Amino acid sequence: MAEVLVVVESSGGTVKKVTLEMLTLARSLGEPAAVVLGAPGTAAPLVDKLGEYGAVKVYAAESTEIDEHLVAPKATALAQLVKAVSPAAVLIGSTQEGKEIAGRLAVKLDNGVLTDVVELAADGTATQVAFAGSTIVKSKVTKGLPLVTVRPNSLTPSPAAASPSMEPVEVALADTDKLAVVTKRVAEAKGARPELTEASIVVSGGRGVASAENFKIIEELADLLGAAVGASRAATDSGFYPHAFQVGQTGKTVSPQLYIAVGISGAIQHRAGMQTSKTIVAVNKDTEAPIFELADFGVVGDLNQVVPQASEEIRKRR
Amino acid sequence: MKIVVLVKQVPDSGAERNLRADDNTVDRASANNVINEMDEYAIEEALRLQEAHGGEVTVLTMGPERAAESIRKALSMGPDGAVHVIDDALAGTDALGTSKVLAAAISELAPDLVISGAESTDARGQVMPHMLAERLGFAALTGARKLTVEGSQLTVERQTEEGYEVVTAATPAIVSVWDTINEPRYPSFKGIMAAKKKPVATKSLADLGVAADQVGWAGAATTVLSHSKRPARSAGQKVADSGEGGVALVDYLSSEKFV
Repeated sequence: MAEVLVVVESSGGTVKKVTLEMLTLARSLGEPAAVVLGAPGTAAPLVDKLGEYGAVKVYAAESTEIDEHLVAPKATALAQLVKAVSPAAVLIGSTQEGKEIAGRLAVKLDNGVLTDVVELAADGTATQVAFAGSTIVKSKVTKGLPLVTVRPNSLTPSPAAASPSMEPVEVALADTDKLAVVTKRVAEAKGARPELTEASIVVSGGRGVASAENFKIIEELADLLGAAVGASRAATDSGFYPHAFQVGQTGKTVSPQLYIAVGISGAIQHRAGMQTSKTIVAVNKDTEAPIFELADFGVVGDLNQVVPQASEEIRKRR
Repeated sequence: MKIVVLVKQVPDSGAERNLRADDNTVDRASANNVINEMDEYAIEEALRLQEAHGGEVTVLTMGPERAAESIRKALSMGPDGAVHVIDDALAGTDALGTSKVLAAAISELAPDLVISGAESTDARGQVMPHMLAERLGFAALTGARKLTVEGSQLTVERQTEEGYEVVTAATPAIVSVWDTINEPRYPSFKGIMAAKKKPVATKSLADLGVAADQVGWAGAATTVLSHSKRPARSAGQKVADSGEGGVALVDYLSSEKFV
């Protein structure tokens, strides 16, 4: 069976959920082989987890230069690996960096690329959700191998234990791979909350939350549900919450099991980023707010009453 | 500093968007066609750099005839001129092919800096800046929320999942920007009038030395097999809060096993 390369995303020694989802998907296409691209020592702590989800091999392309430069070295290392092992497909997370790696790889290999894929069949037919979730597209790479970026939360990861061997990959970089130098990485506090694009539950606040200070009621409900916190563009533009947490057309696209929209009217800008969520709940004081058109459950009322009461009720039931 | 700004005409994301039944391409005829929103931030950033450091700003667009409207709109914000790559053979071109064409056009313009939006609102692929960097041998500083220029040295703050990274490179480079980077200006009346007289050079594939079979339907490395409308979500239960709205919400979450 041919190998299916899965590019690993990790943070602080932990494999990100999208990687486990891709390993699960890869098992239906061939033999999953994980590819770690990073500084020396990145791969070792990830091997057990990758094995749990079926990786039969872990390719470790590690060098300080991969870590010190933006994107290009990762694409070069991956291209060299693809040429060496001729995989059946390459799966990369549909994150900013994942899409960028995919773009470079496509040029290097003169290979088609599909982004934001939510399903990939064994014959290479990919399903994409386009135009803010309104259109389903079936597409295929017709030149080269299926090179796709997989949207986080598109499938449920399921374990299937394997005992992967770690295989070091030599990386030969060109000078043009080292043009963009990363001089600093700054983590902005999100506390212990899950990452927005990976979270199973997202609680978002909008203009109706009315102040940065008042976002604490959103955070409180989110923490009780183990959820990530999001915000509408109106809320981030007003400075109520950092831009990094914006959900919408010009922000993050999320597709959680449960999305709770609080004080968000539901303008298309926002809907574009959340309307493929499985279940949508809305709290808004305006009964005519468009968000109710897509909500499975809606409460028309003052969020300052409804949300703290909901938090209190969850505590009571524990 | 010579700056090229990439501008794409897209169907307005605020209105209904469709793919065509016959060839699965974007239905531009029924759409309200506008400048990709993120590109306005790219234009603004280019103009601010020009104001601070001098030089010239050229808009580069690949697209059919109606894209000319968006080029004029872009020019009304202040750029000096534009290049419009237009050729019937471009119909059906995918991202990989587009990067070939744009790279050829950029090579001809030989800029110090290319600025683009971080993504377009129609495809949302985010692949183009790195595809171009790969083809041109330029540095790529993508996903910028802040850009500073000192001589030929560029520094950006790049938005990431965890926070941000500071990334530097020398020109020539391509920088892509998010809408957090600035607040685009509105075109003035004077700007709109001036835009009508600004030079727009049209370029065919032959002008750029790109073979027609490398692009369009023939050269595409991907194909759309079919498309369908996703069933619209229907409104569910809606309750008015009469003092127990929070409890009702938790009852619902509980019935769906979230609590």
